[in-house]
Amino acid sequence: MTAAGVTERLTGLVGALRAHGLRIGTGETVDAAQAMEALGFADRELLREGLAATLLHGTGQRPVFDPVFDLYFPRGVGAPQGEPTNREDLRDRLAAALAANDRALMGQLAAEAVDGFGGYGNSPTSDGWSSHQTLEWLRPQTLLARVRTSVRAEGGGRSGFTDRLIDDEIRQRIEGFRRQVALEARRRVAERRGRDELARRAIAPTADRVDFLFAGRAQLAELRRAVQPLARKLATRLAARRRRASRGTIDLRRTLRGSLSTGGVPMRPVLRRRRPVRPELVLLCDVSGSVSGFSDFTMLLVQALHDQFSKVRVFAFVNRLDEVTPLLVHGTADPEGLGTRIRDEATLTGWHGSSDYGVALGEFAERYGDAVGPRTTVFVLGDARTNMSDPNLPAVRQIAQRARRVYWLNPEQRSQWGTGDSAAPDYAELVEMHECRNAQQLSALVGRLLPI
Amino acid sequence: MFRSVDEVAARLAETGYLASPAVATTVFLADRLGKPLLVEGPAGVGKTELAKAVAEVAGARLVRLQCYEGVDESRALYEWNHAKQLLRISAGRDESWDEARTDIFSEEFLLPRPLLTAIRGDDPKVLLIDETDKADVEVEGLLLEILSDFQVTVPELGTITATRRPFVVLTSNASRELSEALRRRCLFLHIGFPDEELERRIVRLKVPGLGEALAESVVRVVGALREMELRKVPSVAETIDWARTLLALGADTLDETVVRDTLGVLLKHQDDILRAAAKLDLDAV
Repeated sequence: MTAAGVTERLTGLVGALRAHGLRIGTGETVDAAQAMEALGFADRELLREGLAATLLHGTGQRPVFDPVFDLYFPRGVGAPQGEPTNREDLRDRLAAALAANDRALMGQLAAEAVDGFGGYGNSPTSDGWSSHQTLEWLRPQTLLARVRTSVRAEGGGRSGFTDRLIDDEIRQRIEGFRRQVALEARRRVAERRGRDELARRAIAPTADRVDFLFAGRAQLAELRRAVQPLARKLATRLAARRRRASRGTIDLRRTLRGSLSTGGVPMRPVLRRRRPVRPELVLLCDVSGSVSGFSDFTMLLVQALHDQFSKVRVFAFVNRLDEVTPLLVHGTADPEGLGTRIRDEATLTGWHGSSDYGVALGEFAERYGDAVGPRTTVFVLGDARTNMSDPNLPAVRQIAQRARRVYWLNPEQRSQWGTGDSAAPDYAELVEMHECRNAQQLSALVGRLLPI
Repeated sequence: MFRSVDEVAARLAETGYLASPAVATTVFLADRLGKPLLVEGPAGVGKTELAKAVAEVAGARLVRLQCYEGVDESRALYEWNHAKQLLRISAGRDESWDEARTDIFSEEFLLPRPLLTAIRGDDPKVLLIDETDKADVEVEGLLLEILSDFQVTVPELGTITATRRPFVVLTSNASRELSEALRRRCLFLHIGFPDEELERRIVRLKVPGLGEALAESVVRVVGALREMELRKVPSVAETIDWARTLLALGADTLDETVVRDTLGVLLKHQDDILRAAAKLDLDAV
């Protein structure tokens, strides 16, 4: 690569990372260039680590960085050398590589597989490469039994304690191979379509920027793992806000009263004392299919923050409403099963299974009205899609009058509010409604809105 | 200090610290670019050990600032020795105010704390700022001047600039988000759990008496535990503890009884132990 070419690569890489929301300044880019100079181009993995060290600022950014790096500094160019292979031969060699856990060989096989089976469109020059198509052809997951046999045979037939781990280990290796195939397909597409566009579109954003409504199973699992660290961060943020608030504003009445002894000149300002009351929190969560990912995550987060409040009560609803606080307290040990348990053990549905905000909110106001008092902050979580039934605005008005504050967190994009059966604008007139599409927005909102 | 990344890895290994390529590369760059190194990662993966190993390799003195909630300027940077200043004033009774004033604010009465110690003097130093996330946000502001320009401003004395830049390592457990200003002055390194091969080498190095086959089994079981959804997954420190325990018990292979009896060394929560036992098909604990 020429010097100009390298610089252009680097700035392209930085541009793509910025497009994914990473904040990288010119200073870091210069550092990265120095790192490249110091490390040279002989070892690609060293270069990867060097650029990561200079450009990134946090652990969460790495899952975005790695695929972008692979696009801008690819392992090779063009198609792999050698004869086109047939399926059975490739599967044999893959089984051997999986048994030996040889990452380099697996990468090579991934390249061959994409070249052989991944192309679609008019051959001989394919219009694109698909990892999905490649994996459908190759079906690496069906190799499990074969690989297990050969690993066992290699171990000399001894059966030890670690035998029970083999299956999971092989599954992980196969998962690794699938990732390598995806990577290779993306690299081949990039050669055809242009790197910059692909880097912006084809790389999944970090978990905290994924829309709750579109998050897959793996991303939700990752979010659940992020609950505890996030809760700790929010707790320190809340503590800082409390400290600031306790410095407080000037109490005019007591300052003037004190000024009488100095002839009416207020020499010593008296600050307003805050009464140390821990606020109460009530959560109303729509847990119907469409928004359950969002509700589950928020419930876990609030539960993790429970020691910040004197009382936290959580209610779940679909079209009927039930209290789930005890389920949640026990749920900290088993976060992934929480959603299912809530739906199994609480009475959330009446005659049908679709969500009905009007009935649920009405039931809350009627049955649990005493849960809301002047010290309570209420959070309603849901997309406000009432399936064409009555939104029951009087019930919301009643809750809003009794509570200290009511906030509504809506996981839908603001532009979608009011479309179709959404009653969001009606509710937004009564209570403060915020768009809350991903974990990043949620943590910002929670840090700002939670009462102190 | 180093000529190549391989040299970093080799020399760290001599002190008993086996570095992954990522660690070696970042240490090499931190030395070459003269920037502080911010190390994050789960507890027990050797963040603090890294600083100690670098100090040993460089033949440098390790200056350590342990952060905690409430650490302040006088603990981190410098303090005036009030008692000595008072003695000095009462000793020189008949001198003029001007003489006394210039005299009591001289270096003699300055008590250097870790940050100031690290940038004074000509001998090589490694400055370790441990658990930076435990300190309050205000302390971060204090660090900025040192980390970017390697200088400290004492109002009564002027600015003290480092004649020889220390190698700075900051560690953090990410219990609080460090400020962006601090982060962009540092090279960032995340030390995760090592891969299987590296962890096996670490276990063999730290617990030499353990057999090759058993070490491999140990690492594989720990790897499987890390894949489970546990409240606290075992770290490298726990792996080594477990290996030592097994050695002390005289086990030469893993079997159900041994694993069940010693799972408490690896996992620190009762729920975790129960869940791991279920997943590993152990009988009830």
